[in-house]
Amino acid sequence: MVPTPQKSGQYPAMRRRTSRHIDWTAYLYILPAFVILGVFHIFPVFYAIDISLNTGPINKFKFVGLQNYVRALASSDFWTALVNTFSFALMTIFTAIALGLLFAYLLYQGVRGQSVYRTIYFLPYVLSTVGSSIVWAWVFDPSSGLANLAFKTVGAPPLRWLIEPKGVFQLIGGQFNVSVPVWMHGPSLALVAIAIFTIWQTVGYNIIIFLAGLTNIPSEIYEAARIDGANSLQLFRFITFPLLSPTLFFVLVISIIGSFQSFNQIYSMNIAAAQTLGGPLGTTYTLTVYMFDQLYTYSNYGFASAIAVLLSVLILILTLINFRFIGARTENMEVGE
Amino acid sequence: MTIALNRDRLIHILKRLLVHLVLLTGALFALFPFVWMVLTSLKSYIEASAAQSFFPTHWLFSNYVQAWNRVGLFPRYFENTLIMAVATTLGVLITSSLAGYAFARMRFPGRDTLFIVLLSTMMVPFEVTLIPNFILMRDLHWIDHYEALIIPWTASAFSIFLLRQFFKAIPSELYDAAVLDGCTHFQFLWSIVLPLSKPALITSALFTFLGSWNSLMWPLLVTNNPAMRPLQVGITSFITDAGTEVQYLLAAVTISVIPVILIYFFLQRWFIEGVARVGIRG
Repeated sequence: MVPTPQKSGQYPAMRRRTSRHIDWTAYLYILPAFVILGVFHIFPVFYAIDISLNTGPINKFKFVGLQNYVRALASSDFWTALVNTFSFALMTIFTAIALGLLFAYLLYQGVRGQSVYRTIYFLPYVLSTVGSSIVWAWVFDPSSGLANLAFKTVGAPPLRWLIEPKGVFQLIGGQFNVSVPVWMHGPSLALVAIAIFTIWQTVGYNIIIFLAGLTNIPSEIYEAARIDGANSLQLFRFITFPLLSPTLFFVLVISIIGSFQSFNQIYSMNIAAAQTLGGPLGTTYTLTVYMFDQLYTYSNYGFASAIAVLLSVLILILTLINFRFIGARTENMEVGE
Repeated sequence: MTIALNRDRLIHILKRLLVHLVLLTGALFALFPFVWMVLTSLKSYIEASAAQSFFPTHWLFSNYVQAWNRVGLFPRYFENTLIMAVATTLGVLITSSLAGYAFARMRFPGRDTLFIVLLSTMMVPFEVTLIPNFILMRDLHWIDHYEALIIPWTASAFSIFLLRQFFKAIPSELYDAAVLDGCTHFQFLWSIVLPLSKPALITSALFTFLGSWNSLMWPLLVTNNPAMRPLQVGITSFITDAGTEVQYLLAAVTISVIPVILIYFFLQRWFIEGVARVGIRG
């Protein structure tokens, strides 16, 4: 395991001698990493902003100012994509966190075979999205898929899953002959199916992190609380939950960033279900899909860049909100030192 | 008294049972798609598309040979992915060890500022750098070359951060002693720090390897020539080419995940500990 960080300066004489010394060779050590990061990860951010102010094919860029942004914000496609992105994020993030907490808490009780369960739960996270999506597309196949087979056994009507553009609330309402107003149709069943697949993929990661967070809570605290007569609900409410909140916060930040950037799941599920990109009827069209479509299909470099920049700003704002309102309330996160 | 005790025991046992029931359901949910994939990949075409029986009536291992030969340029995809993933991983290990060491152990002007710049690159969404990098690849004439698949990904802020945290935890007395023995920084890094940091190196290698092996959007953009495509891109194009022959497709997918599964099972202890450590340490 990791040795605990040592405070340097235990030998004052030696430290003074080394501290005056500047290692100029350090720049050689960081050079390779910074060349790569600089050229391919830092410079492109500024270049992307530059491209987003232009239109036309590569080599013949024409400066148009903020026109791409105006066009994006004025197009209904952008807002549809934004709504889809948010629906997808809400569905995946909260379910995966709730399930992750539940399973981590159960494993934490010290059940037999804990490490076997842990290994199994984490497996989906390791497998490629392309591979898994092909399997899940079959699970959701309307005629021979597992999901409808399960529905049939319990007497529920079969669904069209990945090719169903209707909203989930609309479908539920339809079952009970209730007509649901348009604004309440909810995300399409296709998007829900992709969300289920994504939850399957990511929940193992959350379990591992929560389990590590739980294990880090000193057992003495529990013992002391138990002596004071706390029941298990109180233990969770007053010890586990507050002490786990930095971990919870970390998972939330990671999940939001990951979810808003989701592309592979949607792209490969669309293909595996023989749908057009973002289909059926554009109901799985998220911001990343929108950007990719504009870039790959239409070669609208400037417009696609504008969407990418807008997406980044959105992620940045959400992360900042997170840090401001939730991060401030949890203990300091020990990022760096 | 004994009755009360027995009831407590019963409740305890029931609770345990319930916990295991939930855990088992979760395990089934996690494993089932994978198990189904392997089983279907061994079925005949009729059985695979009808999905009536769980196990294949005849175990057709020949499907794997068929997949290997039929799915586009499958051996070539496999080779490309292997080259891409191994080279990227080696690159990341080298650049991250050097930079991580400098940030952990060396003093130089601007160190803290540069470290913050480094950390901030982790916040940049992949999408925003995608288009400029694609244009850059065109200008460098790297489209359809290994350079495009490998070089942009041979440095990782995440790995530098991970290794730096680990290197910092190595007692400074070791370094002081090494300096007294006339050790240079590089010798110290190579012969003392790196051997002591195996868990962090393995974690970083695994994440990089996995990320590269499973990457999709970038290879999709920078490869037009089928012979230069890695597995994930090759398989997605095969879905549309031969979507009906499920068993070959699933055999191909199984082959594509075997290396990852093997690595995962052999190194899962490091992997899970790595995830946990990185997760907790931020």
